[in-house]
Amino acid sequence: MIFATVGTQLPFDRLLLAVDTWASMHRDVPVVAQTGRTATTYSHLTCLPQMDQRRYADCVAQARVIVAHAGMGSILTAIEAGKPVILMPRRADLGEHRNDHQRDTAAEMAVLSNVTVVEDSATLCTAISAALTRANDPALAARSNVASARLLDAVRDFIWSEDTRSARSGFGLRPVLRA
Amino acid sequence: MPTFPSRPHRRRRVLAVASGGGHWVQLMRLRPAFDGAEVHYATVDPASRDMVAPAPVHIYPDANKDTRLRLILATLRLTVIVLRVRPDVVISTGAAGGYLAIRIARLIGARTVFIDSIANTRQLSVSARLAQRAADLVLSQWPAVAARTGAQYRGAVL
Repeated sequence: MIFATVGTQLPFDRLLLAVDTWASMHRDVPVVAQTGRTATTYSHLTCLPQMDQRRYADCVAQARVIVAHAGMGSILTAIEAGKPVILMPRRADLGEHRNDHQRDTAAEMAVLSNVTVVEDSATLCTAISAALTRANDPALAARSNVASARLLDAVRDFIWSEDTRSARSGFGLRPVLRA
Repeated sequence: MPTFPSRPHRRRRVLAVASGGGHWVQLMRLRPAFDGAEVHYATVDPASRDMVAPAPVHIYPDANKDTRLRLILATLRLTVIVLRVRPDVVISTGAAGGYLAIRIARLIGARTVFIDSIANTRQLSVSARLAQRAADLVLSQWPAVAARTGAQYRGAVL
């Protein structure tokens, strides 16, 4: 199964139309899509506008390949599950987002072994077919699902810091974090 | 494992706040840091309860700066949540709801940290910039962003 996901905030027809085109040429591979709100119908996709966390996790677990917008939820969930993920960043000039931050995110995430970044529909279709051949690729081993040790330490230190403040007395105090 | 303070300390009640999608996934990656504390979660999707059970999960309406009415509803709901939980520490990975929770929690003397999403590779989010005026600590997950904005860098969720 291929799982395509575009988040819940904005539609992303360019990605879903490309996946629909790929699906029309590969009828033997089921494709499930989380589409957000969209007026477009995709005849070769099993579409759901929204999914709760549980359903989303099930789709990720069952998918052989994940195709996603460059949202961090999609990216992190896919790499935690050790799945190949193809990212198509949203573009502001096409009205797909308010700004181009997804292109920056995708560019940074491209260093991860699971991640392939594509900019257009033709490349997306090629990338899906290529990713399907990666099922036994050792580079896809499931990754840790926890933050870096440094960030965990910083949060733990913040929680247990003795720098407690009584109500209404601490305005203007700046953070004192143990290094 | 990192070192805990050697002398016994009183319990800490933590309120961990995140909107849906990537904000929640990033909060989940911080969970080992909450060990030993009493943790309450606040988020927008009731299905998240399963992932952190038996920890209590409080639900608030999702909102952003373009949804005025929902922003008001989220503020009211988060006020109730903060007053009920009475946290010592509030931790948020965004977005708007996390900033609101931090603003409210400061009024009851909680210490607060806002961790901006790793998606913000070039600049801080609007919520993080607002949080800089309210939180004790604002973290960016990118050193260059931290250096430019006055946020701190302490590693990333990846």
